[in-house]
Amino acid sequence: MNIVVLLKQTPDTESVIRIADDGKSIVTTDLKWIINPYDEFAVEAALRLKEKHGGTVTIVSWGPQRVVESIRTALAMGADKGLLIDDEALNESDSFGVAKALAAAVKQLNPDIVLCGHRAVDYDHNQRGPMVAELLGWPHLPLALSMECDGQTVKIERPVEGGKMILTSPLPVVVTMGGSHAVWNPRYASLPGIMKAKKKPLEIKKLADLGLSADECGGASAKIKLVGLERPPERKPGKIINGNLDTEGKARELVRLLHEEAGVI
Amino acid sequence: MDFTIPERYLGMVERVRRFVEDELEPISRQVEEEDLIPEEIVQRMRDLGLFGLSIPEEYGGLGFGTLGECVVYEELSKTNACFRTRISTNNGIGSQGILIDGTEDQKRKYLPKIASGEWTACFALTEPEVGSDAASIKTRAELRGDNWIINGRKCFVTNGDIADVITVFAVADPEKPAKGGITAFIVEKTFPGFYVGAIERKMGLIGIHTAELIFQDCVVPRENVIGGESMVGNGFKTAMKVLDKGRLTMGACAVGAAQKLLELSIGYTKRRIQFGRPIAEFQSIQFMIAEMATNIYAARQMVYHAAWLRDQRGSAVVKEASMVKLFCTEMVNRVADMALQIHGGIGYMKGHPVERFYRDVRLMRIYEGTSEIQKLIIARELLKEYE
Repeated sequence: MNIVVLLKQTPDTESVIRIADDGKSIVTTDLKWIINPYDEFAVEAALRLKEKHGGTVTIVSWGPQRVVESIRTALAMGADKGLLIDDEALNESDSFGVAKALAAAVKQLNPDIVLCGHRAVDYDHNQRGPMVAELLGWPHLPLALSMECDGQTVKIERPVEGGKMILTSPLPVVVTMGGSHAVWNPRYASLPGIMKAKKKPLEIKKLADLGLSADECGGASAKIKLVGLERPPERKPGKIINGNLDTEGKARELVRLLHEEAGVI
Repeated sequence: MDFTIPERYLGMVERVRRFVEDELEPISRQVEEEDLIPEEIVQRMRDLGLFGLSIPEEYGGLGFGTLGECVVYEELSKTNACFRTRISTNNGIGSQGILIDGTEDQKRKYLPKIASGEWTACFALTEPEVGSDAASIKTRAELRGDNWIINGRKCFVTNGDIADVITVFAVADPEKPAKGGITAFIVEKTFPGFYVGAIERKMGLIGIHTAELIFQDCVVPRENVIGGESMVGNGFKTAMKVLDKGRLTMGACAVGAAQKLLELSIGYTKRRIQFGRPIAEFQSIQFMIAEMATNIYAARQMVYHAAWLRDQRGSAVVKEASMVKLFCTEMVNRVADMALQIHGGIGYMKGHPVERFYRDVRLMRIYEGTSEIQKLIIARELLKEYE
C-alpha cells in the first residue's frame, strides 16, 4: 500500500509565542519546532497500515530547511522517504495555495491513501485535508479516532457529541486524524531508527518541479490574508483575602467573593 | 578546533532527554521506594536501543564512538542513577571484555543478545577480600577435561542478580596470579554450579541490585575463555582494558548528574523566599551557584576532549581517562554538597531528589577504581612519560 502523510512543522505547543513588530506574524527566532501533533497521529496510523499491508510511507511537507528535522523525525519513527516543498513563493500563501502544492505532490506519488491531522496546532484553519481531497477529487473522512483498512475500503470512527459515527469509503481517500495523544499513542523514534533515518531518501522540490507556478500558489493567488494578531488579555492578578480576619471570617469572605464577584456559587 | 557535538548524535541526545523527562523522572521516586525498575520501562529501554550504544552495528548495536556514548550518558544521568546503571553493564563492563578480547565466535554468540537487552551482562572481579588490589583475586579455575571448573565468591556485582551472562575473573595458575594466571571467562547463568548469593543493601543506587555471586564447582566450557585458549593467563590485562573505558563514561555520568543538581538548585534559589527576598539574591548563594557551574564547565570539557581523543586514536587513553574519572566524580560530590547546602532542610528529606543524588554520586568516587587508584594511575603514566 502506497501511503502519503502530509506533515506540517509547527511551534512546540509549550513555546512562548511573541508577536513580531509587523503585528501579523510571530517571532520565530529561538522557537522550538515540532511535528504538528495531529500529523504525528497520522504518521502513527500510516505505520500501522504499513505493518498490516506492507508498502511505503512517504512524508510530504512544505516550508524552509528547518522542516527537514521534522521529516527526519517521522523517518526515524519508521516512514520510508520524505519530500519537502521548499519554495519561497509559499511564504505568503493561504491554505488553498498550500493545498494546491500538496495535491500536486501527492499526484506525482500516486498513493492509495493520504493521511494528515484534521488541524494544525498553529493556525487552526482545519482546511488542508479537505482542500487536498477536493483537489484530488477524492472522498475525505474527517476526525478519525480509529482507522481500519482491508486494502479496498477504509473504515473510521469519528466523535459526534460524545458518541461515535462510523464511516467508510473506498480507496483512494484522504483521512484526517482527530483524537488525542492518548488515542493514537504515536510511537517514539528509537535510537537505531534515528540512525537509519539519516540514510533514508529525502527530496527537496520547488513549485516548478510540481508543474506549478508562484502565481498559482503564492501570495499573489491568496484570497485570505492574515492582517493582524492580538495577544490574549493579561490574566487578572489573584486576590488574597485580608489577613486580619480569623478562619471563619476568611471563609465567609471567600464565599461572598465567589458568589458576588466570581458568580460561580 | 571544533567544539560542537557531531550532528549525528544530536537527534539521539534530544530523544534521550525526552525519554528521561517524560518517562524516567516521573517514576524515579517510585523506583527508589520499590527498589525495582518496572519491566515495561526496561522494555522501553530495549525498544529505544539503549542497551547497545557501544556495541558495533555488525553485532546489533548502535556502534557509537566514545563521545556519542558520553553525550547519551550525560542526559541519562539527570534522573535516578539506577536507570543508567541498568544499561551500563551491557554497554560497559559486561560486554567490553568480549568485545575487546573475545573471539569472533564469542562476539557473534553473545553481543547481539547483550546489545538488544534480551540478556543482561555483568562483570565479576571484586571479591570479599579483594577490591583495589585486583591482582590478588582468589577465585580458582581448574581445567578438567573439556571444562574449566570455577570455585570462589565474587561480591558487589552490579546487576549480578539479573545477569544472564557474566564476565568472571579467576586464577588458572596459582603460581602466577596477575601476570599469567588470571583468566577471563564467559559464564552463563544456566551453567551448573553458578549461584546468586546475598543481595547487598546499599546507601544509594536503589532500584538496581548489587549481588554476591557464588561459583561452586561451576562448569564452564573450554571455549568460554575470553579470547580462546591463547588468552588463558591474560585476563588481568582484559580487566584493565575494560575498566579503562568505563572511566570516561563515568565522567559523563558525573557531569549529567551535576548539571541536574545545578538546575534544581537554581530553580530553588529563585522560589525560596527568606528575609523577604529570593535566596538567589544573596551573595553566599550566588557564589555556590557560580562554583557549581564553573566546576561543571571544566568537567564537561574534559569528558568531551578525552572522549574525542579516544575516538581519534581508536585506543585507550589511560592517563586522560583516569584524570576524567578522578576530577568529574570528585566534582559531582562537591556540587551535590553545595546543592544540599542550598536546599537546606528540605534537601535532606527522604524523597527529595537532592537527597537521592547526594547518596548516588558518592559511589562514583569508589567503584570502577577509587579516586586514589586513579591518582596512582595518573602518576604512573606521567612518570613513564618522563623516563
